[in-house]
Amino acid sequence: MKILVLAEINDGELAEDQTSKTISAAAKLGKVDVLCASNQCTDASAKLAKMENVENVLVLEDVLFAQSLAESYSETLIDTISSYSHVFAPSSSFGKNVLPRIGGMLDVMVISDVSKVISEDTFERPVYAGNAMQTVQSIDKVKLISVRTSNYDTVPLTGAANVKKIDFESNNSLTTFIENKMQTSDRPELTSAKVVVSGGRGVGSKENFEIIEGLADKLGAAVGASRAAVDSGFAPNDWQVGQTGKVVAPDLYVAVGISGAIQHLAGMKDSKVIVAINKDEEAPIFQVADFGLVDDLFKAVPEIEKKV
Amino acid sequence: MKILVPVKRVLDYNVKARVKADGSGIDLTNVKMSMNPFDEIALEEAIRIKEKGNAEEIIAVSIGVQQNQETLRTALAMGADRAILVVATDDVHNDIEPLTVANILAAIALKENPSLILCGKQAIDNDFNATAQMLSAKLKWSQATFASEIDIQKDIVRVTREVDGGLQTIDAKIPAVVSVDLRLNEPRYASLPNIMKAKRKPLEEISPADLGVEITQRLKVIKTEEPGSREAGLILENIDQLVEKIQENVGG
Ligand SMILES: Cc1cc2nc3c(=O)[nH]c(=O)nc-3n(C[C@H](O)[C@H](O)[C@H](O)COP(=O)(O)OP(=O)(O)OC[C@H]3O[C@@H](n4cnc5c(N)ncnc54)[C@H](O)[C@@H]3O)c2cc1C
Repeated sequence: MKILVLAEINDGELAEDQTSKTISAAAKLGKVDVLCASNQCTDASAKLAKMENVENVLVLEDVLFAQSLAESYSETLIDTISSYSHVFAPSSSFGKNVLPRIGGMLDVMVISDVSKVISEDTFERPVYAGNAMQTVQSIDKVKLISVRTSNYDTVPLTGAANVKKIDFESNNSLTTFIENKMQTSDRPELTSAKVVVSGGRGVGSKENFEIIEGLADKLGAAVGASRAAVDSGFAPNDWQVGQTGKVVAPDLYVAVGISGAIQHLAGMKDSKVIVAINKDEEAPIFQVADFGLVDDLFKAVPEIEKKV
Repeated sequence: MKILVPVKRVLDYNVKARVKADGSGIDLTNVKMSMNPFDEIALEEAIRIKEKGNAEEIIAVSIGVQQNQETLRTALAMGADRAILVVATDDVHNDIEPLTVANILAAIALKENPSLILCGKQAIDNDFNATAQMLSAKLKWSQATFASEIDIQKDIVRVTREVDGGLQTIDAKIPAVVSVDLRLNEPRYASLPNIMKAKRKPLEEISPADLGVEITQRLKVIKTEEPGSREAGLILENIDQLVEKIQENVGG
């Protein structure tokens, strides 16, 4: 068994939480090597080298990797990657983009969104928006696994891995990067926050969403949203929680003006404690909430913000 | 140009999935099946591209059981010009893996020579989110996933992608495989006259063997279970009680 983890690095910046949790999942099978491919690897590789259970950090530095575009990333790295028996990546937009492409190149099926590493060939993953959990056994020569990181903790920073530069021949891309419009925020990251406050269609407008943001800031929380809230333009797309958005499992999830459709629940039902505020006592969100308040959010949320 | 759109027939998104008693999968007998919502969005986009004069023909492809015909008729009624049904199994419970789907679609693409393949980003049954990427690798074409905006230009397609941090715009060389996300568009309903017209549109039926593709299964399903369920909790009387509960669980 030889295990590789693809570190997620966006324009030189390590996605530390996601990568660390992926290492944690991979380490269930043994020590791992980590692939650090980016335009700037100094900081990222130093951080990766400290992560427990990492043996080698393989460094490939080139502007080509700045945005981890699927074609250049997988074509350039395929030789390195295919010398491993197990390749893990976070089930983030990075992992979901590159890992199946690598699968197509190697003629190997990808095992997406793994919630549990059971053995070296057996994995558990949610299907049907988390309405069922499936255990699958892979017969492929290489196992390609994307990890549902909300199921794993980060690894401690007690390691001292070797950092090695790898020679490679860069392959030019079929796609060209034009621009990023990234949301910047001082709030904690949605996928790693201890507390998340999410708003739904009930919030009514982009301006009203400030009520949600206000409570979130008071609690030191990240802000989330339902698809309806994002589609209606109340909140940016990267706030969406659910089957097709982000999967979160904070200590506390506060759902405000969200009905609780299965596709939304898929992204938050593993939260430790769920609190729901909805004016409709029949809303399905109350069936999963530990604590519910049947009230008008415009009255309740500002008052809660004042009192907490 | 020609656009190829694969459409999957899945358990309707409004129907709750029930795990079969023997743990082999989800029960799909006598339940409402529909076109995968993401594929509907892909098809809608193809139709809009054609309506703008940027495409001549839209081919819808479905892979699975004979009944996928219905899904293809829906695609034709929405606006696809013709359809290809690849009958790959006679049991609806036998889900064809994305890798095999990609092999079948690649074989069709080599015959049909589309400039663009528009896929849904994931199927809402197996939730793999893999077919477009695998297909793109098989064809060695450019890849643009999770599109929320698609703009066809001369030799490239400009795609805005929904990524974890926000939005990313890339130019993908044509021919390209693009997978689409929720916010790209809102699919139309087929009108009655179009449903009638669709009955006369060509629907070709082939087998994977006709394409020289073997159906393989790389992931053996060991078991399927209900997820751990949550119990409904307490409905609180007032805001003060809620404040207390929030405080207990912040930083806890
Ligand atoms: C393929 C597919 C994928 C999807 N993926 C996702 C996903 O990833 N994430 C997601 O969230 N959804 C997803 N959805 C959409 C999902 O099915 C629901 O439509 C959506 O979650 C509804 O959002 P909502 O709860 O905000 O809106 P609604 O269902 O409209 O609920 C609004 C709620 O607000 C309450 N409300 C209104 N006013 C007030 C008030 N003043 N005070 C208190 N409460 C109030 C109402 O009682 C209601 O319960 C997906 C759907 C499909 C088909």
